[in-house]
Amino acid sequence: MSIDTSKVATSNKGAATPDKPNKVGAVASWADERLGLGTAMKKQIRKVFPDHWSFMLGEVALWSFIVLLLTGVFLTLWFHPSMAEVTYDGSYSRLRGVEMSDAMASTLHISFDVRGGLLMRQMHHWAAMIFIAAMMIHLLRVYFTGAFRKPRELNWVIGSLLLLLGTLEGFTGYSLPDDLLSGTGIRAADGFMKSMPLVGTYMSFLLFGGEFPGDSIIPRLYTVHVLLIPGILLALIGAHMLLLVFHKHTQWPGPGRTEENVVGFPLMPVYMAKAGGFFFIVFGVTALMGGLLGINPIWKYGPYDPTKVTAGSQPDWYMGWPDGALRIMPGWEFHFWGHTFAFNVFLPIIVLPGLMFTILMLLPFLESWITGDKREHHLLERPRNAPTRTALMVSLMTFYGLLWAAGGNDIIAIKFGMSINAITHFMRVAVFVGPAIAFFIARRWCISLQRHDEETLLHGYETGIIMRSPEGGYSEKHLPISESRAYTLTARDRDEVYVPGEETDQNGIPTPGGRLAGLRAKLSTLWYADNIQKPTAAELEEAHHHAEHEHALQAAGEGYPADGHQFDDFGGTHETSEQPLRGGH
Amino acid sequence: MHLLNRTAGRISRHRRRPIAGALLLLLGLLTAGALYTAVLSPANAAKTQSDTELAEQGRKLFLVGCSTCHGTNGEGVTTLRGNQLGPSLVGVGAAAVDFQVGTGRMPMAQAGAQAPSKPEAYDQDEIDALAAYVASLGPGPAVPNSSDYSLDNMTDEAQEAAIVRGGQIFLTNCTACHNFEGSGGAMPEGGSAPKIRGVEPKYIYEALLTGPSNMPSFSNGNLTPEEKRDVIAYLGSLNDSADYGGFGMGGLGPVAEGLIAWVGGIGILVGFAIWIAAHTTRTNKKKVQA
Repeated sequence: MSIDTSKVATSNKGAATPDKPNKVGAVASWADERLGLGTAMKKQIRKVFPDHWSFMLGEVALWSFIVLLLTGVFLTLWFHPSMAEVTYDGSYSRLRGVEMSDAMASTLHISFDVRGGLLMRQMHHWAAMIFIAAMMIHLLRVYFTGAFRKPRELNWVIGSLLLLLGTLEGFTGYSLPDDLLSGTGIRAADGFMKSMPLVGTYMSFLLFGGEFPGDSIIPRLYTVHVLLIPGILLALIGAHMLLLVFHKHTQWPGPGRTEENVVGFPLMPVYMAKAGGFFFIVFGVTALMGGLLGINPIWKYGPYDPTKVTAGSQPDWYMGWPDGALRIMPGWEFHFWGHTFAFNVFLPIIVLPGLMFTILMLLPFLESWITGDKREHHLLERPRNAPTRTALMVSLMTFYGLLWAAGGNDIIAIKFGMSINAITHFMRVAVFVGPAIAFFIARRWCISLQRHDEETLLHGYETGIIMRSPEGGYSEKHLPISESRAYTLTARDRDEVYVPGEETDQNGIPTPGGRLAGLRAKLSTLWYADNIQKPTAAELEEAHHHAEHEHALQAAGEGYPADGHQFDDFGGTHETSEQPLRGGH
Repeated sequence: MHLLNRTAGRISRHRRRPIAGALLLLLGLLTAGALYTAVLSPANAAKTQSDTELAEQGRKLFLVGCSTCHGTNGEGVTTLRGNQLGPSLVGVGAAAVDFQVGTGRMPMAQAGAQAPSKPEAYDQDEIDALAAYVASLGPGPAVPNSSDYSLDNMTDEAQEAAIVRGGQIFLTNCTACHNFEGSGGAMPEGGSAPKIRGVEPKYIYEALLTGPSNMPSFSNGNLTPEEKRDVIAYLGSLNDSADYGGFGMGGLGPVAEGLIAWVGGIGILVGFAIWIAAHTTRTNKKKVQA
């Protein structure tokens, strides 16, 4: 059988030759032939991620965690997790000869006698503060954009657990140096545990190996701090990121972006470079802070001694809000049959954080139950397009922020010359009233922004050009927005209020969950109440028609300044060079 | 008269230039001025005054500046409602006056939770006079001498040991209100334990002796003079030493640190995130819309 070769290109003379071999390629080939990673990686390194600054907030947390691991390993090489009494004999003269625990003495040793030790300690501490702060702003981004919705609810729960564990990790680290601040913190934690009815005392004795302070709390916290929690954190971070790869990243709506695709750049080389670079930036910022800003000067606090305490004893910021709740709580204490129930401690520090974390983890499930929305979502929502959701988080943030401020009430009092009692009384009311006001304002603000979006879609954007009609009426000229912007503004679903089904099925048997359905419908109505829905195609069409008509009417006046306005050239609508100036200048 | 004329004539014989007369006049004035300053000036007169005269001078100042609240005899003033306008000053001693007036706390500008420190209204001589008057009302602590709180005549080792001791006494007795490095702290109802870093040693000593406002007084039976001296030495050594960790952010503890972590740390990193997202990895620096 003959083959027609008339259509085969004749320009290819001879076989293709490979590029000149380079060294990197050779090493890669050597590794690939033995490990076979190329095939496995091929898909992953080409994974596409969308580009937006807010998608990099979680990265800040990840990179500061790496900084924590690196600096933390350095610190373990010299830290002695022991409460054995030693006499300090290091370089810091103001504590020389003072009795202290080995933990404190070794922390002083790291600070003053290990090369780079103080820098590492301070970097570790700053990185810890940034780690938890970054997790929180990442959480806020995920919440405000609706990225927690199906299928990502479980990743939200994992993230919340990471925040909880990060906080505990921070607290255990804060407690290790056994300086005055650490010891005060552990003493407080002992009190928190003992406030729990029935089991509190037993738990405290179990943890401390007897009555506070004992001599086992530091070694135990050390194990928790360097082994237990970091292990769980690493596993959860792994799971968090595997799920991220599995779900694919969410993206902002826009032309070409759908629920089925991800538009962006591949991991290799774009995000490898960006993320790799970002790691060095996080490392650099942490190093600069560690080098320039003194944090936790334990040599000034001195070794812990239960008879001592200092003004300005606060936990690190992430524990500040329960501390604030504790500070403003009225002293309600009850006595039953010779036992004291320290409700004033139990409520703000045991119940409240537990409740808040439960609410946090349940948020995605709560919302999907109220709205009845069980669809998958990969396109993000702007905060304004979910007013109740946004307002809910703003309200929680206000609650958190007020308690945070209450936790620093003494510093606020001295720095702003206020009475600490007045601050406490104000906060007792504000933590209830503030979130309610914040909810209302945030919700109405979102709805106003929605109205503005609708206005822009229907009537175009405000040009700033004022037109005067022949009748003498003034109006501002609007021009239609671009196609892609109009697409982005309309790329959202219409809100669907949940409608309950029949309370009983055809056999007269109540449907499961039927009783709650009424509540759910009410909540759903409230959830979406007053939201502005995007205009229909017909409405858009009509508005554009109307706009065209208006433009036609205004066309006659276009380019002619009204009488008396010849000389104020604000919008560049006319040339002043042709106009004679007053007085013939 | 003849003699006088002869003397004048002798001087005039030595006169070589007309300016010599002016110079002579100037010399005479200078001599008179110096004599006046050295022997006759009022400031010096006060030094040579007896204690009674000093107290009398102080009483006059007291009647003008202090008696409205403290009474014409320093007995204190109680209002009709039973509130105290100013406490009795009998037995507070010269140290209390030197502290309160010397740091500008007294006279108070207005009634309040406590008298804040402000620019002093009296100079040291007037304060000494006031102190002498108040001290004459009843026995009380005297103004300390600098030898009471100075480590100058000690060996280096003894000085170091004193500073270590002082640090431990400071952490036990003072930090609960004044903070671990003396940055100050809050007290109930708008009061505050002031910042005590950079305060003159004399005033710290006097505050310890007399216990102004909410502060307890640390009498010599409570903290011996040596222990007071050691605390002052420790605070002085904190002032002299470098901030080992870098900028200390006011020495206020974790609240200031948290603020910096959020505003500085997170602020800068979010700024970098925005910067990175605004740039592609391409070399032409133009943002490619994905």
